[in-house]
Amino acid sequence: MIAIIDYGAGNLRSVANALARLGYQPKVTARPADVLGAAAVILPGVGAAADTMHNLVESGMAEVIRQLISEERPLFAVCVGMQVLFSGTEEGGWHECLGMIPGAVRKLPSGHKIPHMGWNQVKQKAVHPIFDAIPDEANFYFVHSYYADPDDMSVVAGTTEYGVSMCSVVIKGNLVATQFHPEKSGEYGLRMYSNFLKMALDRKQA
Amino acid sequence: MLNKRIIPCLDVTQGRVVKGTSFTDLRDAGDPVELAAFYYKEGADELVFLDIGATPEGRDTMVDVVEHVSEQVFIPLTVGGGLRNIGDMRRMLKAGADKITINTAAVLNPRLIGEGARRFGSQCIVLAIDAKRVRSGDVARWEICTHGGRKPTGIDAIQWAKEAVVLGAGELLLTSWDADGHRTGYDLELTCVISEAVTVPIIASGGAGNLEHLYQALIIGKADAVLAASIFHYRIYSIRQAKDYLAERGIPIRR
Repeated sequence: MIAIIDYGAGNLRSVANALARLGYQPKVTARPADVLGAAAVILPGVGAAADTMHNLVESGMAEVIRQLISEERPLFAVCVGMQVLFSGTEEGGWHECLGMIPGAVRKLPSGHKIPHMGWNQVKQKAVHPIFDAIPDEANFYFVHSYYADPDDMSVVAGTTEYGVSMCSVVIKGNLVATQFHPEKSGEYGLRMYSNFLKMALDRKQA
Repeated sequence: MLNKRIIPCLDVTQGRVVKGTSFTDLRDAGDPVELAAFYYKEGADELVFLDIGATPEGRDTMVDVVEHVSEQVFIPLTVGGGLRNIGDMRRMLKAGADKITINTAAVLNPRLIGEGARRFGSQCIVLAIDAKRVRSGDVARWEICTHGGRKPTGIDAIQWAKEAVVLGAGELLLTSWDADGHRTGYDLELTCVISEAVTVPIIASGGAGNLEHLYQALIIGKADAVLAASIFHYRIYSIRQAKDYLAERGIPIRR
C-alpha cells in the first residue's frame, strides 16, 4: 500500500491524482497504523511550516514520521513536508521542527520576487535512480519563501539557483525530499514519483 | 534561473469555455476539461479558470471542472470568479485547485486576503486587480474596478496592490481594463509600476494581440508571467510558438 499522509493540510488531492495517473491506488490517510504499514509514504505540504508542525504534532504524525525515517522506510516529503524534517525554521520566528535532517530552514534572500514561484532548474548532484529518465537541469515547479540549508552537504542531491544556490532535493537512504512540487511539475514530476515508487516497491519485494 | 510563465486563461460560464471556437483539433473546444488537457500538452506553465458568470450554479459546475482537470493536468491551477468567503475557497482547493483568485470580495472585505493566507498559505491567494486609467494632469493614475470591471471604486491601484501584499496576497493578477479585449498590447506602464511597487510576482493580463506584446510585458512591464485568452483560444498562436518566440529573444522559458 502507498500512503499519503493527511494531517489536515496540504494538497492531498493533487498528489493522489498524480499517483493515480501512474497507475497506483494510494490511500490518503490520517491513521498512524496505515502509514506505518505502507510500503511507501508521501508527506505532502503547502502553506506555513509552523502550522504544518503544529498539525503533525496534534495528529500524532510527527512521531510516525520520525519512526519511518529512523527505520529507513521509503518516504517522499514535498515542499513544507521537506522543510519540517529539518532542525528548525526561521519562518514566523524560530520554530523547532522534526530534527531528522540537521540544518535550518531560512528566508530566501531579498532582491528577487518572493515567493519564489514558477519553474526553475534542478542541477543533479548525485547519480541516483530518483533521476532516471530526467535530464540534468530539468524544470520543476517551485512555490516557497524559505529554503532548507542542511549542515551535512552529502544529503544534497539537487540544487536550484534563486539569489542563493539552494538545496532542492535531499536524499538520505530511503528518504527523498524535494522543495518543488512533483505533482505540479508536468511529466518530469510524474516521472520522479514513478522512480520513487519503483525503488520503494522493488525494495519491498527483495 | 526562474523562468517567465505563459498562462492561458479559460473564461468559463455554466461549465463552458466562452471564447475558443477555432480549435479544429479538439472534439469539443467548449469543454474546459478538454481544452485544459490540450494546453497542458502544449506546454502551458499554469492555467487560470475564471467563472465569468459567477453564479452559485456556475460555482458548482466549476468544482466539477476543477476535479476533472486536476486528474489529468499536472501544472498549477488557479480558479476564481465569484468566490466570496473562506468556504468557497476551501471548496475549490479541495477540488484540486492550487491557488484561488479573488477580486470584488477582497475589495469589499480586505480581511479576506489575510484570512485566506493564514488558512491556506499566501501562495494560494492570488489577488486580481482590475485597473482603469484615470486622467489627472500629467501623472498616470489607475483606479481599481470590481464586478468584472463594471464598477469603479476610486481606490488607487498602486496603494491597493501594496496593501494586499501586506495583508498576505502571494501573487497579483493585474488586468488593464483599458487594454483588455483590444489586442493592442498590455498596459506596460501600469504593469511596471505595480511590479516595482511590490515584492510578490505579477501576472500581466489584458490586451495581448501578438507575441511581441508578451515580450514587452515581461521586459518593459517587468511582469513575472503573462496571461492571455483569445490569442491562444482562437489559435492565432500556439503556446509552443509563444515560447519559441520568447526564448529566441533571450527570455528564460521552460520548453
